[in-house]
Amino acid sequence: MGCLEALKPEIILSQTTFKEAREYIKKNVREYYEVEPGYKIHDVHIIGVPPLYVGIEGEDLIFPYTKPCHGTFVVKVPGGEELARLRARKK
Amino acid sequence: MTEKNEKTALILLGCPQVPVQTSMALYLVHGLKEHGIRPVIAGTVAARKLMEVADPDRYYVSEMTDLDAAIDEITGKERDFDLCFVFIHNDSGIAYAGTMAYISKARVYALLFGEHAQDLAGEIEFPCEVVAAKAVHNPMPLKRKLDKVMQWAVSKR
Repeated sequence: MGCLEALKPEIILSQTTFKEAREYIKKNVREYYEVEPGYKIHDVHIIGVPPLYVGIEGEDLIFPYTKPCHGTFVVKVPGGEELARLRARKK
Repeated sequence: MTEKNEKTALILLGCPQVPVQTSMALYLVHGLKEHGIRPVIAGTVAARKLMEVADPDRYYVSEMTDLDAAIDEITGKERDFDLCFVFIHNDSGIAYAGTMAYISKARVYALLFGEHAQDLAGEIEFPCEVVAAKAVHNPMPLKRKLDKVMQWAVSKR
């Protein structure tokens, strides 16, 4: 996980599919933005088939993190400068 | 796509827990080289180590890279490939293939194997060529299908 691990992510969903991660964010996070596959957050690429969503909750980001061996996780980490970059996109 | 106009192929390796992956990847690399296409392998550390150990003199394997580094180069428009073969045996594999179909101009080939190859193939909803065979320990079902595909893969490159 590298940089992401250093941010001590809260794991919201574990070893799920990228589709279930998409649905979770869409249904449970009020503020979310569509990003393209390969979009980078804190050194992590968002992997999957569009549409892919990244959510904002307070000062945190909620996004799908895909590991080749363990499926997709939905994680929550401090957003920092990524929040403004994401909000600059269309919802 | 290189400066010398040499054709290139990216081979994306997922988790190596299904035995046929390494064998089929070496076979694919061999086939591509035979047709003058330069293969670049991207994969997890374990997947790359399996390739390195199986080919100590680097007879087949030449360039290898990390999955994230490969995606970085493509999304950063620093590099792209003519062909992209993605080895898939789980949902993560589908996610990576979908990403490649979106970010790369390469013709994408989804090579599905393992116990649930056909079910996984049904999940694919993006443009790519699907090659699926129920192959876990014995690579032959996937090899036979790949042999057919390779014929037109190299002719359409």
